[in-house]
Amino acid sequence: MNTRDLALRISDFSSFEGYQFDCQPIPGDTEVLQITLTDYEELPAFVSVTDTQILCITYLFTQDEVRNGSKAEMMEEMLELNIPMPLSSFAKLADRYVIFGALAINSSIEDICHEIITLTENAVESIDALEEFLI
Amino acid sequence: MSILKKIMTAVRGGAREMGELVVDANGTRIFEQEIKDAQTHLQKAKHDLTDVMAKQMQASRQVKTLQSDITEHEGYVAQALDKGDENLALEIAEKISQLEVDLAEQQQVHDTFANHVVRLKDLVKKTERQIKDYERQLSMVKTTESVQKASAAITDNFSSSNSKILSAKDSLDRIKKRQQDNFDRLAAAEELESENSDKSLSDKMKAAGIGEETTNASSVLDRIKAKRS
Repeated sequence: MNTRDLALRISDFSSFEGYQFDCQPIPGDTEVLQITLTDYEELPAFVSVTDTQILCITYLFTQDEVRNGSKAEMMEEMLELNIPMPLSSFAKLADRYVIFGALAINSSIEDICHEIITLTENAVESIDALEEFLI
Repeated sequence: MSILKKIMTAVRGGAREMGELVVDANGTRIFEQEIKDAQTHLQKAKHDLTDVMAKQMQASRQVKTLQSDITEHEGYVAQALDKGDENLALEIAEKISQLEVDLAEQQQVHDTFANHVVRLKDLVKKTERQIKDYERQLSMVKTTESVQKASAAITDNFSSSNSKILSAKDSLDRIKKRQQDNFDRLAAAEELESENSDKSLSDKMKAAGIGEETTNASSVLDRIKAKRS
């Protein structure tokens, strides 16, 4: 399934688990889909498809937003939270902290939608939980 | 060096720049070629294996035939001896010794094939494992590449659409505020709903003449009249 198919099929859902989706393809070297949930427009999920997996990434904050001197403690916290947090994990892309979920390439459209909802909810929860470390 | 280590080294040294690929396209191609080669090896090994297994089965059949021939001829020797024909018995015994030489040879052939089968099966397993390992490594390289390209596209999109990326705290505040708004709206709607249902109930009761009666001129007049009498 490529991102275009994915966008079409997600748009077919008028609502899933009580959420509405907005899909926008992002132009670039590789196809990326920006998916936002209504009421969570500030935290879009970015979805890309590789040969083996579907990657869903949500950007949390940049390293500049981390309070001086609390980086190590925050990272410890993130490691501790990684397992309790359902389906998503913390990661870092260049200067940004992110959470992401990876799905098998043959996942159903429902699995993908569920993943995106969980990812977005986890993003809100984790910023809330890590707020003390942020400027 | 393991592929994860390579990726780590590349990320540490300079590849932090967005869009810069950890492993160049050439590296990926070499990798893909290695996988293809390994798959060709695997095909060949499997082909060889079936051949050798067929030969092993043939040899095993030969061994059995020879064994039963020997047993049969041993019976003949006994019969010849029973008949007191020592010369014939000797002749048959010679035949048996020839058969035993053949059997030893055939057994040797069979064992060689059997060993070969074991070796080939081992090779097939090893190759399969190696292909899986290559594929896993290739997937890591490709994922790294894809993620870097994706984040480059995302950042480009942010800057070209002029949409300012909010800080995490601002985003959280907005989302929380919106959630609170939604919650308040919902609560207000519920309140309105319950007021409406209260009102409609009291309307029905009034129509049926139940509950508090509203005062009107005639009821006031009746009350005053009652007081005077």
